[in-house]
Amino acid sequence: MGVITNNIDLWTEALLGTLKLFFGGAAIAIVLGTIVGAMRVSPVPIARAVGTLYVNTIRNTPLTLVFFGFSFALPPLLGLRIDALLLATCALGIYTATYVAETIRSGINTVPVGQAEAARAIGLSFGQVMSFVVLPQAFRSVIPPMMSVFIALLKNTTVAAGFSVLNLGSMRDWLSERGENQLLVIVWVMVAFVALVMLLSWAQRSFENRWRVAR
Amino acid sequence: MSGSVLYDVPGPRAIARNRIIGVVTILAVAAVIAFLVWRLVATGQFTAQKWVGFTYTRIWEQIAMATLRMLAAFAAAAVGALILGFILAIGRLSDHAWVRWPVTVVTEFLRAVPVLVMMFLLYYGLPVIGIDLESYWAVVIALVAYNGSVLAEVIRAGVESLPRGQREAGYSIGLRKSGVMRLILMPQAIRAMMPVIISQLVVTLKDTALGFIITYEELLLLAKQLGAASTIGRPIVQMTMVVAVIYIGMCLLLSLVARIVEKRMHRSPKVAGAAPDAGVDPRTHEEGTDTELLALQQGSARSKRPPK
Repeated sequence: MGVITNNIDLWTEALLGTLKLFFGGAAIAIVLGTIVGAMRVSPVPIARAVGTLYVNTIRNTPLTLVFFGFSFALPPLLGLRIDALLLATCALGIYTATYVAETIRSGINTVPVGQAEAARAIGLSFGQVMSFVVLPQAFRSVIPPMMSVFIALLKNTTVAAGFSVLNLGSMRDWLSERGENQLLVIVWVMVAFVALVMLLSWAQRSFENRWRVAR
Repeated sequence: MSGSVLYDVPGPRAIARNRIIGVVTILAVAAVIAFLVWRLVATGQFTAQKWVGFTYTRIWEQIAMATLRMLAAFAAAAVGALILGFILAIGRLSDHAWVRWPVTVVTEFLRAVPVLVMMFLLYYGLPVIGIDLESYWAVVIALVAYNGSVLAEVIRAGVESLPRGQREAGYSIGLRKSGVMRLILMPQAIRAMMPVIISQLVVTLKDTALGFIITYEELLLLAKQLGAASTIGRPIVQMTMVVAVIYIGMCLLLSLVARIVEKRMHRSPKVAGAAPDAGVDPRTHEEGTDTELLALQQGSARSKRPPK
């Protein structure tokens, strides 16, 4: 326990760093992912093509490489010094956005075409078809896999440890400088992640039960 | 786009609107590309001095060696993950609670711990108790642990999705438990889950890049070292481009294999009966492909029946 109580300042800061990366990355991922997801299902061929290209490229890029590009190649290109936390958040957001986009797209695809056709047949407008028929059904089948995406995002925040951002993943580095037992530090970090992931999994299960699709 | 849930067949006004949206999309993409090219040119990234490093055979040899080291880690991790996946899957499907429960706990634990933290444990943590691992083994073992546990869930979901009659028919012709598993259930489950298994291997390939952080000499570490070498003009941007092409190219290739296998599977009559109808989401914590996930979930009451 001494590893934690003697360095509580650093642990709090690291947890805060992880949460900043998580929520910042999630915010970017949701906004960008929704746009790309919308492009992937849009009736405009060129928008679909751009969305597909983005998703296929980024999904086949290692996250570490995305971080690498943002941290080392982008600053000299822009000629600016950019805060490491901001760069890491952008890298996480852009990477996770592809998974958000795919989840949204496949969620919309689970709604049977007949549903929308029936809605149009009884004279609903596009907005009404969306808000009363398609989106409520899509939302239900999107939530559980979306939580999986966010669990992966939470675990991916540790990659920022390799790019000088203080978070739970970089605790080993910081505390070994204070002469703490590295093995113990890492075990505690593991415990923290198992706890956080269990929390999110529990949220996932309860969402799933609340919004079960009855078809 | 007829047949879409979202849109009706477009009329003249919708067609005109779609054209405008198309033009706007092209302009937006062109703007982003133009900005990047402008920055590349403005900061002199295309000057010969920045690319001179790539005229030396020595540097290409180093790049080739780093690629080989990455592939070596991937190959070992892939084989290990498949083996561990089978062991854990069979453990989770066991009839004996004293086997099932510990294996379930281990699998869930391995899935919840970030791969990088596992690498830290192996590379920086174990020397504390006197076990020194090379960075290669730290990368391989961490990847095996994580991907093995995910593959275990995939295989288990594949087995559980098979119709009950398969198992019962196996018993009725006099096979033992091991025979039913080996001859009846596993072959069907593996075939049905093949695309998912290959996409998990793509995740493994991607995650070898994490070795960079624990100083395994793969492509990214080489890129960082060469990118800082002043004798060849610090070509960090150029190195990043080259490494990105290699990494993305390899992952795309493996993804392509997954897609081909999936297509062939859809045509094959052998798997028609064994189509994945998983009651349990096989990849809850998985960061890879979520595309087929909904297809898996759809149309099945998510009954978590205990393995029989």
